[in-house]
Amino acid sequence: MTAILPAPGAAPADAPARHAPVSKRKRWRYLPQYLAIAPFFLLFAVFGIYPVLYSLYLALQRWDGVGPMKFVGLENFRFLLSDATFWESIGNTLVIWVMSTVPMTVLALLIALGLNSSVRFKGVLRVAYFLPNVTSIVAMSLVFGSIFSHDFGILNWVLGLAGIDHVQWLNDPWAIRGAISIMIIWRWTGYNAIIFLAGLQALPTDVFEAARIDGAGPVQTFFRITLPLLRPVLLFSVVMSAISGMQIFTESQVLLGNRGGPDGAGMTMVLYFYNTAFADNDFGYGAAIAWGIFVVVVLFSILNWRLVQRPARGQVKETVR
Amino acid sequence: MTTTRGRVVTYVALIVGALLTLFPYYWLAVMASNTTADIYATPPRLTFGGHLFANIGQVFAKIDFFGSLLNTLIVAVVTTLLVLFFDSLAAFTFAKYDFPGSSVLFGILLATFVVPTQLAAIPQFDLMAHFGWVGDLKALIIPAAANAFGIFWMRQYARGAIPDELLEAARMDGAGFFRTYLSVGLPVLRPALAFLGIFTFVNAWNDYLWPLVVLIDSNHVTLQVALSQLNGLYVKDYSVVMAGTLVAIVPLVIVFLFGARHFIRNIAAGALKG
Repeated sequence: MTAILPAPGAAPADAPARHAPVSKRKRWRYLPQYLAIAPFFLLFAVFGIYPVLYSLYLALQRWDGVGPMKFVGLENFRFLLSDATFWESIGNTLVIWVMSTVPMTVLALLIALGLNSSVRFKGVLRVAYFLPNVTSIVAMSLVFGSIFSHDFGILNWVLGLAGIDHVQWLNDPWAIRGAISIMIIWRWTGYNAIIFLAGLQALPTDVFEAARIDGAGPVQTFFRITLPLLRPVLLFSVVMSAISGMQIFTESQVLLGNRGGPDGAGMTMVLYFYNTAFADNDFGYGAAIAWGIFVVVVLFSILNWRLVQRPARGQVKETVR
Repeated sequence: MTTTRGRVVTYVALIVGALLTLFPYYWLAVMASNTTADIYATPPRLTFGGHLFANIGQVFAKIDFFGSLLNTLIVAVVTTLLVLFFDSLAAFTFAKYDFPGSSVLFGILLATFVVPTQLAAIPQFDLMAHFGWVGDLKALIIPAAANAFGIFWMRQYARGAIPDELLEAARMDGAGFFRTYLSVGLPVLRPALAFLGIFTFVNAWNDYLWPLVVLIDSNHVTLQVALSQLNGLYVKDYSVVMAGTLVAIVPLVIVFLFGARHFIRNIAAGALKG
């Protein structure tokens, strides 16, 4: 750091006070820097810290957002633990996460491998695959709503052409979860393919050269070399999909409404939170649900991290460069 | 893999995959340009019809679609400009200056990543009610004016991209902190600003949950909220809903296509570093 020294003789004559003005000036010296970072911290204090603390207080109240609050202690949390809808929403969220993440990862890997082999139009293909990721979920939920429609949807029409019975995409509990998963797969496969492709391109070529010389076939090379080397990138992808998977809301809400459709099969955690807080105006219980979701997300993240970290320890760090 | 047959298979698979990915866009355009009767027909019409402009006209006539388009544009543009300014200023500061408490403050900034949005949502709504911002676009713009992700991401970029000698030279020329940010920091950060700008614009344009909560009962809704209302109101007039949907995504697709390659490269690079 370049220190700006106080000009000699600038300190006032009275000795005891000499120290104070100098340190005060030092503090003021960094005022522009503090001002420069202040907006974020101010906004976070007002719209982040205060609301989070206040939501803990709210979770102990019964409140419709308008009338007086009534302190109910841990009543909301006690109810939450026995609330079947909350548990179902956790189950639905996890089921949809698995149903979407597994095919998405496989497809993304295949696309990345394809793009990584020397094909033309790589740039155009990349943009085409990535486009869903930046397109409005509300808009595309409406489009998918018509694609999935039982009577006039094109998907059932195509299935009919292939001699397959119509599926009640927006009526049958498992078809509903499948429909939401398809939308998530559509949205995130390209994103992950781009990331896997970057990972593939960063791999050292000499390992593959050695494998080829040793007579390894393409399948063997993929499972023995490519996949283990790609591990850190795969971990990143799984962690990211877990974070966004726990937040699924828009697809369900637009496609099926605030209650998640027939039997609540599409009721996710965040949809249940939204419905309770902002459709039913139950702010106190809504706050308790939000804390419930927070606990689930933390537990799930820890579990996730444990599972993907365990095998092949040590390899991760080495291959990351 | 390197055989001709393998290459053809790869090509065909990639192109089929891309066509499947793009199919919903095609289907949206087909539905938006046909009548509702065509959409409901069996077998469905698979090609573009001639009713696109009539359908779009209906959307604008039936609801204040122009108003929500304008609202969304205002929110996305203003949020993006504020984020670019506040985030780059803070990122420049954290990257290049060492002041008392700087590393602790940056640590706090990183810790804010773990705060889930739902936890804050109800009190935020209550706060907006106290400020008188319910139904006001300020409720969308102000809380989003600076964010930890942008500052963190841009700081990583600024550390490597802005040479200390340039800062030293600016100081010798008598430039103050803010002047240095404007004349040295900003020009160097331009590629990072382009990425963060598109990223922020896209997110602001597509945001749904929070606008739904704070704008729902007002005349000032954004496109996403208008779309979901349109769907509820005119569910029988499918082609009109689809025309609205098409109008809602086209501007964003254009913005994205402008910076797509640069944007995608940054997404990939960010993931590898993370």
